Amino acid sequence: MDSSETVYKALKGAGIDFVVSLPCVNLGKVMELVDCDKDIIHVPVTREEEGFGICAGAFLGGKNPAILMQNSGLGNSVNVLASLYELYRMPVLMVMSHRGTEGEFMGAQIPMGKATPGVLDALNIAYINPKTHEEALKVIPEAWILSKTALAPIGILLEIPFWK
Amino acid sequence: MLNGDIMERIEAIKKIAESLNDELVICNIGFPSRELYYVKDSPTHFYMLGSMGMASSIGLGLALSQKRKVVVFDGDGSVLMNMGTLVTIFSQNPENYILVVFDNQCYGSTGSQCTYTTEVDLHQIAKSVGFKNTFVFEEEIKFKEVLESKGPVFVHMKVKPGNADVPVIDMEPEEIKERFMEEVKRNP
Ligand SMILES: Cc1ncc(C[n+]2csc(CCOP(=O)(O)OP(=O)(O)O)c2C)c(N)n1
Ligand SMILES: [Mg+2]
Repeated sequence: MDSSETVYKALKGAGIDFVVSLPCVNLGKVMELVDCDKDIIHVPVTREEEGFGICAGAFLGGKNPAILMQNSGLGNSVNVLASLYELYRMPVLMVMSHRGTEGEFMGAQIPMGKATPGVLDALNIAYINPKTHEEALKVIPEAWILSKTALAPIGILLEIPFWK
Repeated sequence: MLNGDIMERIEAIKKIAESLNDELVICNIGFPSRELYYVKDSPTHFYMLGSMGMASSIGLGLALSQKRKVVVFDGDGSVLMNMGTLVTIFSQNPENYILVVFDNQCYGSTGSQCTYTTEVDLHQIAKSVGFKNTFVFEEEIKFKEVLESKGPVFVHMKVKPGNADVPVIDMEPEEIKERFMEEVKRNP
């Protein structure tokens, strides 16, 4: 199983049935797997902030929503996470390809890569960064249970070495 | 230019809300939510208290997740802030989705500063995105026709600037959410 199949399997294990996405090079195959799954509603979005709005509506409608995004998209989504998710207390599983981490080849990814944990901390969003496939298979479903119980978003940061 | 006979936003909200029964409503931040709460409260209403721009997107996620019809009460400034979602709504093609934009050509809730809808026509934008069923209302509202149209529907509701003198919503955000979710569950 490669890293994409692992992430897909972990989403299924978590019971995720609604996914919004905006690509990162690392997410292409996960998006394809999600798109082919008849039991998951997949909505590609134009901006991550919009994606969080759509996931909130899906949660109100009874779904278990997740977003597939690059960590840069966190910067596009700060207000919706605070003034919708925190204010009303709503869960969402945030699966982020974390660029600008160890092994990054593009200097342009580094500033937002470095800022990402601090932005999550400022928003009081808990996050986990599984390093191995086994760990991802275990912690992603657990993270969704935690998110649903705590009624708060939860982040899964998948750094560059994870995708190798 | 705005026609002198167009309605106040609260009047338009009242007329539309009165023609709804079982439909789920996502209502925009600021005075639109306060005015809706004042003219008619219902467990079918989700009042936004933050996240400007997100009403249309929340409505889309809701429409894709369950069968009941979803009516979004949005504003021109908010649609301009999250215009990309019009493309997503059109492409996802939800039949049970109605987007009503109360266009007062201003950021009404913050003191009626002009928006660019004084220059651009949101109805033309929706049509060029591809929306097939669109309506423009000025002096009168025929909402029955809107409800009978296949979604996604775009309604350009032209209203006067200004806010009604109505109180803030005396419900906690979580209370708004929980009541709404109970209602969705009651009859999915
Ligand atoms: C991200 C963000 N920017 C600005 C505001 C301040 N704000 C609250 S309501 C509003 C106006 C919304 O305008 P519109 O959607 O046209 O609705 P109207 O009040 O005119 O009906 C603004 C600018 C905010 N709450 N959030
Ligand atoms: Mg306005």
